[in-house]
Amino acid sequence: MTPPRRRRRYPEEQLPPPPPPPLPDSPPDSPEAAAPGNRKEVERLYILTGTGAGDGERAPIDLVTLIVARAEPPPSAAPEQSALLRICQAPLSVAEISAYLDLPFSVVTVLLTDLLAAELAQARAPLVKQARADRSLLEAVMHGLQKL
Amino acid sequence: MDFKSSDTVTGPLPEDHLPHTAETAVKIVIVGGFGVGKTTMVGSVSEIKPLTTEETMTQAGIGVDDNYGSDTKTATTVAMDFGRISITEQLVLYLFGTPGQERFWFLWNGLFEGALGAVVLLDTRRLEVSFDVIGRLEEKGVPFVVAVNDFPDAPRHPVEDLRQALDLAPEIPIVTCDARRRAASRDVLMTLLRFLHALATAKARA
Repeated sequence: MTPPRRRRRYPEEQLPPPPPPPLPDSPPDSPEAAAPGNRKEVERLYILTGTGAGDGERAPIDLVTLIVARAEPPPSAAPEQSALLRICQAPLSVAEISAYLDLPFSVVTVLLTDLLAAELAQARAPLVKQARADRSLLEAVMHGLQKL
Repeated sequence: MDFKSSDTVTGPLPEDHLPHTAETAVKIVIVGGFGVGKTTMVGSVSEIKPLTTEETMTQAGIGVDDNYGSDTKTATTVAMDFGRISITEQLVLYLFGTPGQERFWFLWNGLFEGALGAVVLLDTRRLEVSFDVIGRLEEKGVPFVVAVNDFPDAPRHPVEDLRQALDLAPEIPIVTCDARRRAASRDVLMTLLRFLHALATAKARA
């Protein structure tokens, strides 16, 4: 019996000379086609870190951005925000915050945007862009895994 | 939206707290078809009991077959289980896996962005359920390795037959594992890390 066969695809930026055949499961309004419409949503997730050198640099909130509370929740804080600050006495990733508060990721990023702007919480710098190329980081992870 | 009152939210157990020195976190995404053992793999290496995060997708024209052609927006909740491994006092690794609906992962802002790479977990009884996700990783340029979850009654194919059936580039590692075992799952992650390291080294030379 012949096993099912798959056809290789290529990165979207550098398509091979003969363009790949249209994917059977990609309707005209596939996720890729919808991407430009997502732009606003993506930008909304960018927030002030509050820890920068005051140059207005923005950092993205990632699932693995580590958050630490910097202050007690003020009486005016929403219950969700108070709960968030309370569980972030030690560093906690945004994914963990989402899990413990039982709130979707995007809702947590909105809560965090306010808390970071008010300097009630701090976002520790996530390694986003350069992570893939940094060999010393990869070596550190390998070393850590070997100890498991 | 219902929200538990602030007093009833339980945060991490004391033993699940990260040290205050933790400042950087990286992530690896475990992908594959429904039921291939992604959550099992996350759980077998995680230092915390796997947690679940979710995102609600409310976008028109997502392309869900049964809604295609209707003009209502689709709202879909995508849940992902994840676990954590503390690498050093400063560095933390998170592993994300999800039970199905792979086409939506790519709408989840930032899931793959910044990920070190991905593990494609396969069940040889249902190879084709992983075809789409492998294709998506290739399109997005996310580096990945393939791990065959060794179910007892699954057919065993020689690695080169699998490579051919999956049309994988020759350099992409294919390994077999028992995702229930910590050491086996750890070795899959090590295979990915070595592959990423080789890619980074090649890039540095170029």
